[in-house]
Amino acid sequence: MVKIEIDGKQVEAEPGSMIIEVADREGVHIPRFCYHRKLSIAANCRMCIVEVEKMGKPVPACATPVTDGMCVFTKSEKARASQKAVMEFLLINHPLDCPICDQGGECELQDVSLGFGQDISRFAEGKRAVKDKNLGPLVATDMTRCIHCTRCVRFGQEIAGVPELGLIGRGENTEIGMYIEHSMASELSGNIIDLCPVGALTSKPFRFAARAWELRAHASIAAHDCVGSNIYLHTRCSEIMRAVPNDNEAINETWISDRDRYSYQGFASDERVTRPLLRKEGKWQDADWQTAFQVTVDSLKKVIAEHGADQVGVILSPNATLEEHYLLQKLARALDCHNIDHRLRETDFSDQASLSQYPSLGMPITKLEKQDMIFLLGANIQHEQPLLGHRVRKASLQGANVTALSVMQHAYNFSLNSQQVVHPTAFVNALAAITKAAYQHANVQVPAHIAAVLETIDVDVTAQQIAEQLKDADKASIILGNTALYHPQAAYVRTLAHALAQQTGASVGTVSDGANSAGACLAGSLPHRGPAGITQNNTGLDTQAMFAAGLKAYVLFNVEPELDCANPGVASEAVAKADFVVAMNPYNAGILAQYGNVILPIVPVSETSGTFINIEGIWQHFAAATVAQGQARPGWKVLRVLGNLLEIEGFNYVSSQEVCDEIREIINTQNFTSADNEHMLVRLETASSETLWRITQWPIYRVDNVVRRAPALQAAASSGGPAAVHFNRHLADKLQLTDGDTAIVKQGDEQIRLKVAVNNAIPNHCALVPGGFSETANLLDSFAELTIVRS
Amino acid sequence: MALQQLSQTADLLSEASRAKIDMWLKKYPAEQQRSAVIPALHIVQEQNQGWLTTELLDAVADYLALPKIAVYEVANFYSMFELSPVGRHKICVCSSISCMLCDNESIMQHLEKRLGIKMDETTQDGKFTLKRVECLAACRNAPVLQIGHQYHENLTPEKIDAILDGLE
Repeated sequence: MVKIEIDGKQVEAEPGSMIIEVADREGVHIPRFCYHRKLSIAANCRMCIVEVEKMGKPVPACATPVTDGMCVFTKSEKARASQKAVMEFLLINHPLDCPICDQGGECELQDVSLGFGQDISRFAEGKRAVKDKNLGPLVATDMTRCIHCTRCVRFGQEIAGVPELGLIGRGENTEIGMYIEHSMASELSGNIIDLCPVGALTSKPFRFAARAWELRAHASIAAHDCVGSNIYLHTRCSEIMRAVPNDNEAINETWISDRDRYSYQGFASDERVTRPLLRKEGKWQDADWQTAFQVTVDSLKKVIAEHGADQVGVILSPNATLEEHYLLQKLARALDCHNIDHRLRETDFSDQASLSQYPSLGMPITKLEKQDMIFLLGANIQHEQPLLGHRVRKASLQGANVTALSVMQHAYNFSLNSQQVVHPTAFVNALAAITKAAYQHANVQVPAHIAAVLETIDVDVTAQQIAEQLKDADKASIILGNTALYHPQAAYVRTLAHALAQQTGASVGTVSDGANSAGACLAGSLPHRGPAGITQNNTGLDTQAMFAAGLKAYVLFNVEPELDCANPGVASEAVAKADFVVAMNPYNAGILAQYGNVILPIVPVSETSGTFINIEGIWQHFAAATVAQGQARPGWKVLRVLGNLLEIEGFNYVSSQEVCDEIREIINTQNFTSADNEHMLVRLETASSETLWRITQWPIYRVDNVVRRAPALQAAASSGGPAAVHFNRHLADKLQLTDGDTAIVKQGDEQIRLKVAVNNAIPNHCALVPGGFSETANLLDSFAELTIVRS
Repeated sequence: MALQQLSQTADLLSEASRAKIDMWLKKYPAEQQRSAVIPALHIVQEQNQGWLTTELLDAVADYLALPKIAVYEVANFYSMFELSPVGRHKICVCSSISCMLCDNESIMQHLEKRLGIKMDETTQDGKFTLKRVECLAACRNAPVLQIGHQYHENLTPEKIDAILDGLE
């Protein structure tokens, strides 16, 4: 540590740290534009210039390391004069258009110029004007306002990993731009809006919609992935105007993904239902809550009386809150119905009894970037959980070995040590080979539960290398992504991954669906486990079995079956044929609008209080940011009343907090018998990897009902839309199809017509058909055989 | 992904160009291969009649495994890189202080009159381009101009006529 003096105050500082970092820590304000603690140091705006004793000239505080005995003056006459001079230069080309600038009122340049600018400009010459750039549907530009701090350029290079913006030209002709205009592809692109210290980069959907001082900020939690980024929802009157990040170093640092930033548009969708709806004579009719509740209660009672409670299926979205999951499972179990699930896209549940209490990263989120090796198993992590992708990228930049095994090439923004792309039928075997290599390498007996699978596996050099690397790495982590979880042999994947981890000393992270899979598991939203993960005497059906069985009644909570589930064709048919379907949904659309019997309008996350539990197991409570629209009500209140009307005991909660406390009490008092992840695997009959198989991804902006209704995200470059069938050039030539042609895609008896997109990221004998689109909602399993013919 | 693009764009670079770029790549440390971007752009510009298309910039980016924008930035920054077609002979006239004091104005005027074009324009037949450039670092013999790799110094209108007459 070195001792320095800032404005007469003695402080200690880490040698090599910059003056501005120490000043920030000590609460001494130094004006700045280009410096940002998360970005590299550019020292090009010169605004943070300060006086240092015995240095001839004033120096930039952001680029001057502290040395022992240094005396810094941030407010001396010399420092102030220099800062004012820099301010004057920065304002030379800056337009005086604050009244029509979206940044007005929350502008760093405006704030700093109030303190350091002069009342009157001495610059009488013409100011330069710069043509605006089109960066796509998310970020608006007014490039004349740019002061060339290059924060956005450095963000692209250093954080997003997709360098798209640069400094084009020289001297007075310098402009920030892309040179060749295109929509920004980074899934974190919106952060440049927050980084931009002036009004050059602003939010396009929010443009001219409100002034900063009209807005109220409500702390909330982003509801689209298991990271649980902290955000502020900004409201004017009762309308959500935008979402911005809320700093939390342990979770999202200072960033949020575009999905979390722009999904608020979905809250105001035209498809919102704001009053209860009943189907009468085939048509939707408005109803009051009392009638809607009565019809729901009577119909459920009727189905149970006539067919038994096991003819009722209860399916919740992994985006529902902890309280909602808990109340609905409590309600269902009180009715002796055990068909409860929230795992919409998973298809293999055979190992569910051996799994841990809730899906977890296996380490704090902040530790992910400290790993020496990360083995991505079927994880398109950047799209599935953008901010976990960011952590993996950080690890990679620090020299970690990132290795991937997947069913298609993903466009990662970090470099891979090795990437194995295999046919879905070969996925388990590829993992088994690595597992076997690990046991062979250590010369250890293979555990009994995986012995049958490993017996017939041949170990190749790649498998050996990966196994050895996992063993050699000090801190290694195996991350199971969407493909691993949705795979028809997910139980094999999970069990083998744990066995591999055990042998190599790696940790296993399961990155789950939605914002609250962990909460769902802890609340008991599972067919085999109740709250706290306690095994139940009765095991109900899982989501897939519920739909496949064609039950008499379905209770759907925040789910759009044809877009959210693994087997949309079967799910739709089940919904269409059921005697009674009640949907507690914020939207009225799709198959439920067509076949539902009752819609109880619940509110999206912005209008309810609740709790999400993230991948690290952190409980994050949030309050409603605004009032419920129309007669729509928070899910937990709807469930509470439903519980009362069904005359179930213990449903007299007055707040969601009370529900949450009850869950915590159960978790604190009940003992979860620890999971062993040692599901007994039988020998695997491998299907041919020469047959054409479907692979499925839910594109980043198609994952849930809210993001699907955010127009800006749907127009974004990485939206994954419009729906198309993707396959490589090899298959395209064989089928005599090319980009833009229409193909007929068949699975079982279902067939649809889709546009063709030739995409060499797809391996041979595979076709990617995305989920989450109404165009693909008639198809069947996510990973299964399919046929494609020319239209 | 980079590998795929490479196969698509690498054939835009001639074999000779690639050999020359490879030679430059050897001169820089393995972790600083991006330093070769300026020589690479010069080489590729020479291959393509003195100017760089966007496709060529992309090809250089792929060849050096750089983000495209990094190459765009460099190509836009330095005035010796041309991003639109130029004449067969690019006449770069120094406009900096020493040449200015030695009456480069009359040199420019003479060139404009003789070729029938203004500075920063190209003759109809595509033979000559006139370009105003910053200091060529030959101040002791101002006024100066550069054609190709050749400097012409202590210029007079007569000398210019002789130079132009000598060009194909």
